[in-house]
Amino acid sequence: MRFRARWAVTGLVPVLLLAAAAGRSAEPRVVKISAKRFEFSPPEVHLKKGETVVLEVTSEDRVHGFNIPAFKIRRDIVPKEVTRVTLTPDKAGTFSFRCDVFCGDGHEDMTGTLIVPE
Amino acid sequence: MKIETDRREFLKLAGLGGGVVFASSLWGRALAGGEDEFHFVQLSDTHWGFEGPPNPDAKGTLPKAIEAVNALSAQPDFVVFTGDLTHTTDDPAKRRDRMKQFRDIAGKLRAKTVRFLPGEHDASLDRGEAYQELFGAPHYSFDHKGVHFAVLDNVSDPGAVVGATQLAWLKSDLSKQKADAPIAILTHRPLFDLYPEWDWATKDGAAALEILEPYPHVTVFYGHIHQEHHHKTGHIEHHSATSLMFPLPAPGSVPKRAPVPWDDKQPYRGLGWRDVEAYPAKGTYRLEQKPIKAAEVRAPVAKEG
Repeated sequence: MRFRARWAVTGLVPVLLLAAAAGRSAEPRVVKISAKRFEFSPPEVHLKKGETVVLEVTSEDRVHGFNIPAFKIRRDIVPKEVTRVTLTPDKAGTFSFRCDVFCGDGHEDMTGTLIVPE
Repeated sequence: MKIETDRREFLKLAGLGGGVVFASSLWGRALAGGEDEFHFVQLSDTHWGFEGPPNPDAKGTLPKAIEAVNALSAQPDFVVFTGDLTHTTDDPAKRRDRMKQFRDIAGKLRAKTVRFLPGEHDASLDRGEAYQELFGAPHYSFDHKGVHFAVLDNVSDPGAVVGATQLAWLKSDLSKQKADAPIAILTHRPLFDLYPEWDWATKDGAAALEILEPYPHVTVFYGHIHQEHHHKTGHIEHHSATSLMFPLPAPGSVPKRAPVPWDDKQPYRGLGWRDVEAYPAKGTYRLEQKPIKAAEVRAPVAKEG
């Protein structure tokens, strides 16, 4: 009985170490978002509550803004650069993101949606 | 007639939206000093050059407003256009053409003084270059009968900021005022986070409000959101104006920020201009919203003989 318990404990150690190592090496999911006048692609981004993701946002034409008011995140999106935003949604819901650097007649429509189910 | 209005009343009035008469919350709170009342007119978001179903009378609405202002028996001391004089275009030549046309039409106002400030449609694509060629400095200040007016430009930077240089200018400009001077800010975008989801904010607006906070009598008149909206941040009042091109929905009331459709049964609904009575000795204002009236349809006159 004692032997079995010791074996069970010692046997667990490598498993736990492997799991810890796997946890360390697990990279957050990357979601690519492309911006151009006057749209984001994709316009809808599906995330999981509590899951850390990296949003990689690029611009195809000019400087745009990337603003998610609900999570108090905003960045300038500069052409030829990849802007990385790490986000862990701590709440479920539908949240808008938008360009907040005026880019012309259609700027007001340059929006997208983050969908985070419960 | 004096109306005593406290904060609760302010919020009640603000909640009405589209009200005809609005008395600021300090109304009736007498301060020391004599009266030197005056009135000015605020016109906003004329978007000259816009064409589309939201306003089938796009070329006629601004002239109608000007005609109505000119018909006032007591002409305003000045008229101010609070931005988006023209609708944006990528073509620099067309931008200037629209500004010239707008300036010619605004030149028909009888009021001796007409003041301008830019909106993002005028200035954000070229950092205010064309605007400054045709209308001059995008930020400035002036004094009128005891009220210190400061015009803030929160649009020439396409990122919707006032910017450090202008904030330093504002601080210096206000430091020359008496501690209890009535101060009016004229600007295009809201200086507070009204609804950032629709870009209804100024990114460093809080820094501007921090500079204004020590002054006890501050009122902000702005445009951008194409509707009346009344709000307070601390003791500072913020009053947005209606557009003269198309109305927009109440913040967050619909999924998309799109013009309110034109209604043939209620033409010019949600459009209009504002008459502002200023009472400098009290640091108060009385705002009156004026609608655009459709031209009267007259029966054809029968020819004589």
